[in-house]
Amino acid sequence: MSESGVIHDIGYQRYTGPRLGPGHSARALYVHSVRSAYGLGRSPWAKVLPIGLIGLASLASLIIVIINSQLPEPVLDQVGIASTFTFAAAVFVAVVAPELVSVDLRTNLVQLYLSRPLSRSSYALTKVAALATATFLLFAAPMLIMFIGMAFSTDDGVPGVLEEFGALLLGLLAAAVHAVLLAALGLPIASLSGRRVFATGMIIGVFLLTAPISAVLSELDSGTIGRLAGVLDPASLLNGVDQWLFDADVSLVSIGSFGPVYGLVTVALAVLGTMAAVWRYKGMKS
Amino acid sequence: MPLIETAALGMRYGGEVTALADLTLEIEAGVVGLVGVNGAGKTTLIKLALGLLTPTSGRIRVLGLDPIADGEQVRAKVGYMPEHDCLPPDVVAAEFVTHMARVSGLPAAAARERASETLRHVGLYEERYRRIGGYSTGMKQRVKLAQALVHDPELLLLDEPTNGLDPAGRRAMLDLVHRIGTEFGISVVVCSHLLGEIERICTSLVAIDAGTLLRSATLSSMTEHNDLLVVEVDEGAERLAAALTAGGLDVRRRNRVLTVRLGEDDGAVYDLIRDAVADLDLSLHRLERQRHQVADLFRDRPAEEVSHV
Repeated sequence: MSESGVIHDIGYQRYTGPRLGPGHSARALYVHSVRSAYGLGRSPWAKVLPIGLIGLASLASLIIVIINSQLPEPVLDQVGIASTFTFAAAVFVAVVAPELVSVDLRTNLVQLYLSRPLSRSSYALTKVAALATATFLLFAAPMLIMFIGMAFSTDDGVPGVLEEFGALLLGLLAAAVHAVLLAALGLPIASLSGRRVFATGMIIGVFLLTAPISAVLSELDSGTIGRLAGVLDPASLLNGVDQWLFDADVSLVSIGSFGPVYGLVTVALAVLGTMAAVWRYKGMKS
Repeated sequence: MPLIETAALGMRYGGEVTALADLTLEIEAGVVGLVGVNGAGKTTLIKLALGLLTPTSGRIRVLGLDPIADGEQVRAKVGYMPEHDCLPPDVVAAEFVTHMARVSGLPAAAARERASETLRHVGLYEERYRRIGGYSTGMKQRVKLAQALVHDPELLLLDEPTNGLDPAGRRAMLDLVHRIGTEFGISVVVCSHLLGEIERICTSLVAIDAGTLLRSATLSSMTEHNDLLVVEVDEGAERLAAALTAGGLDVRRRNRVLTVRLGEDDGAVYDLIRDAVADLDLSLHRLERQRHQVADLFRDRPAEEVSHV
């Protein structure tokens, strides 16, 4: 304290301006969280992984564009990016979700948020939304690069560009589905621990350990069980949705005619995950 | 309107630990010291006032509002500085306080302006562009205070603000709290287990112990003169008491010590006592105004009749 010494004496001004409601509080937290997901406003080290991942994804997409433009038939389309980048996105969620919630728990910062006009559930929902947005951006950046690349290399003029634009929209839609599910699964898991390492480990565990189980099941059985095995792990589940809704040409699982089941499970998991996050903060001791 | 008003407020954790029991008090505007030993229920009371906890019995009103039903309104008007560390290490102080101002409902531009102003008021100026992780304990306490103050609350709840500070830091922090209460015009409730420390800066004190109210009064009424006169004589206290009562005074006797209530005319009372003592030929040991001492808060039931020997 001795080094900070003097208290500068200029008169205190009361604040007479507008006080915006809880919606504004949630929005402020949302913007702040999306920024800090990418390490903005934090130390340089916090930027390395998220920015690195989005950079790598963009680079990969650039390479795909080059390959696509050389071959008669594109090897990977926009929806394909959503499907194949799911693992990268899972890693991203595992790194970023603890940044969003575990840090608040660890440092007790959550106490300061809850003593402001922001309810517990809106804190939880805002954090899920921020994580989903950050994850969506991870998908959107390479898709945008692919769109630009493909639009420039199209041979069909304006209709070709429009076609690519349609593909981009479809891809972004798939990206939104992916982002929402991954965020709704990752955030409640991260909110269980104030230690970042544990939180990251748990998320990676859920995403990666479920994959072999569903892979083994689908290998063993080519009937109903094998077709439904994909719902057990998030990456196959999302790929199933991509196949069902967007006719993805990448297939990690064969879903047969069970597309709607994959869709239903995705919606159910997203809702349950979000509810779990809300419930976690409802019951938290303050 | 009292800042905080409770009626038969009770709080039990998990049905076992009783943090507050049947607490009824009114906290008026000013700098209010909330004193009690660790575990007396100070922090619980603050959390109930913020609506972070739901009382198990009784009711509490803050700024005329119910902190459970109108929690958002209450929390927009109240600033809270928790006892323990609560700051993210890798964020710049100015950005952090700006962010907290926005979460409190201030528009972006106003938040930025008030954040740097508030940080200056708490004594962080050049340092405010550094990361909080590199701050000393004293600077962190100031950031905690700044985030509680940044949205210009009507009421500031400070939980042990001098925690972890060295003597010079404590003094600086208490002076700052005093300034907030007097110059800034914001009512402050400051919790402490160190009575001697906060009695200096408070206008009134509330003492709680084991979740019940021990005493609540303005500081002046506790430490300054009251209207009782203490008269102590060697012997013949009964005769003196009789003589004074005959002279029309309100007298109470406790062994050799009399307490006499001073009326409108102080001088006349003194004269009457002097004359009575002289007439009865008693040896007068002591004649003084009774004082309450703040430390009485922690004695059992300081009744008005008890004098200090």
